[in-house]
Amino acid sequence: MSNYSLSLDSLTKVFGRRLIFDKLTYEFKPGTVYGISGPNGSGKSTLSKIIAGIITPTHGKVVHKLGDEVIKVEHLHNHIGFVSPYLLLYDEFTALENLNHFAHIRGVEFDAERCDALLNRFDIYNRRKDYVKTYSSGMKQRLKFVFAFMHRPNLLILDEPTSNLDNQGKDAVYQIIKDELKDNIIIIASNEDADLARCSEVIYLENFKIKNGK
Amino acid sequence: MQKAFYLFKKDWESELRTRYAINALAMFILVTISVILFSIGQETISEYLTGGLLWVVIFFSAMSGLARAFVSEEERGTTMTLHLIASPTTVFSGKLIFNLILVFLMNIVISFLFSLLFETFVIKNILLFITAFIFGNIGIGVASTIISAIISKANTKGTLYPVLSFPILLPLILILLELTKYSMDGNTISSSFVEIAVLICYDVIMGTASYLLFDFIWKE
Repeated sequence: MSNYSLSLDSLTKVFGRRLIFDKLTYEFKPGTVYGISGPNGSGKSTLSKIIAGIITPTHGKVVHKLGDEVIKVEHLHNHIGFVSPYLLLYDEFTALENLNHFAHIRGVEFDAERCDALLNRFDIYNRRKDYVKTYSSGMKQRLKFVFAFMHRPNLLILDEPTSNLDNQGKDAVYQIIKDELKDNIIIIASNEDADLARCSEVIYLENFKIKNGK
Repeated sequence: MQKAFYLFKKDWESELRTRYAINALAMFILVTISVILFSIGQETISEYLTGGLLWVVIFFSAMSGLARAFVSEEERGTTMTLHLIASPTTVFSGKLIFNLILVFLMNIVISFLFSLLFETFVIKNILLFITAFIFGNIGIGVASTIISAIISKANTKGTLYPVLSFPILLPLILILLELTKYSMDGNTISSSFVEIAVLICYDVIMGTASYLLFDFIWKE
């Protein structure tokens, strides 16, 4: 059991003079798939990035806990897997080199077996030694999932996870969400019905607030 | 520290493949020294002037190459990837190691070319020059890294870097000019103690301030 918990405490984000969302408070339970939905510009991606610690909120805080202990900001990246259209890997390296570098920079052993299994699962194993710059956008998206899952994170944030993917790729994503959920937290930020259908609870962002979801 | 080393390793391998900074630096050094040589022609320039020119070339070479540390990540869109694999301290340390290695290599080449091409570039106290060179390079490396991080978020990266670097690097360059002059005169290290102490203080202050500031710069 990972005992990972996540909560948003009165989260507000303002870009310049533009309010994105105001005083969001929410408790995420382990072993649950959450969806974040809402109209364009409602702050789905911004909320995902704030939860991942990539950007800071204007007010309020995000509390990541492992058991009773709050995870320090400098260790947060080891607990989070993130997929987003804005996330780019290094084009000048092969897929394997990318994953190897990421593991070492994270300070963990490179788990070749796990990475091979994930590469196989997303059907890019045969291209693992090719430079990422030679990949199609769909293959790059698949590689992002390997990057997100390779270190067995407790929290997975998938921002528009199925963009650029074909049906086979989408199936692989939905299957891995099911298999890797266990007692982890998975958050899917999307407006796709098929993506949101995988979620037990959906947070709907509108007019700077959380509206009731499913 | 080990994580920072791996980040440096990633950057170094990436640099060897993309040649973002190395090519810019090599071309800049070549062009600048050629222009100086053509402009002085057969004239003999004074020792102090060659010492001054050395640091002018170093300053502008640093402007052209060292900004790449963070700018290249921003341009390639991989900044978010770094956020997801490393803490701000690891990122800054890794980039700092990369810039320090680059600045040392660059300045060794520039100094070697100066001693080869300028007859009047004669250092009488090598030890004093090496001391100034080492601490000077550390100062340039640290300052360039934090400035690179600041400007990487701006739209006008190219023009902002020299503008922001000038006031930050000016005290360092002034001390280095003074110490180079002393080493050309053959002064002892003990007689240049105050300047060396100021140089070390600059490095320590710049290093400490950079680590403290980086958290705020790194997060949007």
